[in-house]
Amino acid sequence: MIDKNQQIIDKNLDQEYKYGFTTDVEQIKFEPGLDEEVITKLSNIKKEPKWLLDWRLKAYKNWQKMKEPKWANVTYKPIDYQALSYYAAPKKKSKKSLDEVDPEILETYNKLGISLDEQKKLEGVAVDAVFDSVSVATTFKDELAKHGVIFCSFSEAVQEHPDLIKKYLGTVIPYTDNYFAALNSAVFSDGSFVYIPKNVKCPLELSTYFRINASNTGQFERTLIIADEGSEVSYLEGCTAPMRDENQLHAACVELIAHEDATIKYSTIQNWYAGNENGEGGIYNFVTKRGKCAGDRSKISWTQVETGSAITWKYPSVIMQGDDSVGEFYSVAITKNKQQADTGTKMIHIGKNTKSTIISKGISAGEGQNTYRGGVKILKNADNARNFSQCDSILIGDKCGAHTFPYIDVKNKTAQMEHEATTSNIGEDQLFYCNQRGINLDDAVSMIVNGFCKEVFAELPMEFAVEAKQLIEVTLENSVG
Amino acid sequence: MINIKNLKVSVEEKEILKGINLQIPEGEIHAIMGRNGSGKSTLANTLAGNEKFEVTNGSIHMNAADITEMSPENRSLNGIFVCFQYPVAIPGVSMAYFLRSAINAHLKNQGKEEMDALEFLNQSKEILKKLTLDDSFLKRSINDGFSGGEKKKSEIFQLLSLNPKFAILDETDSGLDIDALKIVADGVKEFNGKKNSTLIITHYERLLEYINPDVVHVMIDGKIVKSGDMELARQVEEKGYSWLAK
Repeated sequence: MIDKNQQIIDKNLDQEYKYGFTTDVEQIKFEPGLDEEVITKLSNIKKEPKWLLDWRLKAYKNWQKMKEPKWANVTYKPIDYQALSYYAAPKKKSKKSLDEVDPEILETYNKLGISLDEQKKLEGVAVDAVFDSVSVATTFKDELAKHGVIFCSFSEAVQEHPDLIKKYLGTVIPYTDNYFAALNSAVFSDGSFVYIPKNVKCPLELSTYFRINASNTGQFERTLIIADEGSEVSYLEGCTAPMRDENQLHAACVELIAHEDATIKYSTIQNWYAGNENGEGGIYNFVTKRGKCAGDRSKISWTQVETGSAITWKYPSVIMQGDDSVGEFYSVAITKNKQQADTGTKMIHIGKNTKSTIISKGISAGEGQNTYRGGVKILKNADNARNFSQCDSILIGDKCGAHTFPYIDVKNKTAQMEHEATTSNIGEDQLFYCNQRGINLDDAVSMIVNGFCKEVFAELPMEFAVEAKQLIEVTLENSVG
Repeated sequence: MINIKNLKVSVEEKEILKGINLQIPEGEIHAIMGRNGSGKSTLANTLAGNEKFEVTNGSIHMNAADITEMSPENRSLNGIFVCFQYPVAIPGVSMAYFLRSAINAHLKNQGKEEMDALEFLNQSKEILKKLTLDDSFLKRSINDGFSGGEKKKSEIFQLLSLNPKFAILDETDSGLDIDALKIVADGVKEFNGKKNSTLIITHYERLLEYINPDVVHVMIDGKIVKSGDMELARQVEEKGYSWLAK
């Protein structure tokens, strides 16, 4: 039984990654290397105001003094930051209308199942498509504008809404925050920008689809979402990349700001190329995501389904500054082959009666290593703060690992903390029970894992919950024998 | 229907079944009685194809087919069903989703069209009613937080929904109160009325009084030592097993 399991697990390692194709498109790409000149050139291409260039340069100087973090439970060869190109963009660049977008690129998104053609779009979802370093299209902009909602590429926002950018950029993740955030602040190329005006409930789901295409480049996008008083928005990002032998760096920053009574729901389906069965290639996904509940009764909710990337280093966090504000983190992370994930969250309670919930589900198969790392901090003035944490892990096969590192720091006596954690093997008994009823192994595994992830999937927007389920089915096909 | 010849089974190198011979013709109900550890549950698991139980000798035939080496899933698709003594919980997977997947796996195997949600719901409601279970049962995660009685009824619910050719009830009566026992017994009688075969594994003759099996076997130390009718079951109830051991 064990041998048979192993054979089938090994077979699973050959599973194809169906988004691994490359698009042949003429591009402008910087020579590898990073210095102040490169950053200045990047800023000039983007016609950025001087204050932003200065900000980038300060970030760069700061980054040079920093050391790459080593505390995560992942191992990888050192990254040569001078061997990367810091800008790649399709040559035919136009943002005026979809007709002017390179048809090759439109075709790329079609293949990924993301139609940028508004007629065919999923109803109720507006998409910003980021291809390598730049945003190539944003759908439904006019429809959103009627409600005063701004949804555009970050570069466009710098031109059209410089005051908002200047006011909020770096207020949640300062460039001094950590090594990868500092690097991102210096070299970020594009990303999405969202502003929801006061008391507006965004009429559409907003979505950004990130695609890395060029080789030897890093992708450094920056997303900024501001929900003004009493507003509400649900935002989803998806990500894929071609299969390449070398590792590629993706170091993004996402900042969320929720004002009084505002709600931001941020969902991620991360399916970057994970590398091959020998652990060659794949994306290094080193991402800083943080939201600030700035106003009273505001709420920020992160939901993530992490199935791709060779290495994931990511801790979407919430700073609950306003009284009665709420932070949530729902996560499903799957590692197989030689994938490594060190992911979790930080919940920082500053305001009174703040409440946070953490539900983390880790699934390890093959030789995958899955680490949950979470911090809950209750500061001195956070009276009656509450946290509930639940971290469950499931192991498929006997070569994988699950690890849990919860950190708790409570400085206020009235805090209520609850923590639950379980680790289990995917039960042979459960599989046998399903088989005895005529359900085959693949269906049984996906049924059991989907059941295990149910609480998290319930948090995803409807269409994407279905996608997430299917993604798990494909990812775990043939993982047990 | 079922023909077991000189079956020997080991678990972790230890021989548990030491040569079982048993024939169960179509439409008959057989019962196996025996003490804890006599090998009854091993027989149930072996018939279901659980790979933890290693067949070292003998064969199992279902009608003409040798199923000794068949996978659990194919045995199920061929019509073998086990009501487990301790059915395992699968958190987050609803009974409706699970059971409909199972039913559709069977229909697909028979080249038939899948059962749609409405048809499934109607069929389920009817069976649940007989078992005095609420419709909300369908929404609950399988065996997760079920009481002992609910677990047993859930197994009978699945049995009646899948309507296999051959059912094995592994201690389905243990831990049931008298009302639940009657409901389970009625369920088994209904199942058997459809020309199906049944093997009931039990400690007690109580359930057998309701069901009235065609043949009663007594198992001691991995072997069937005596077979008879209901009278044998009553004797065991009265005198225990010692007098049957050699």
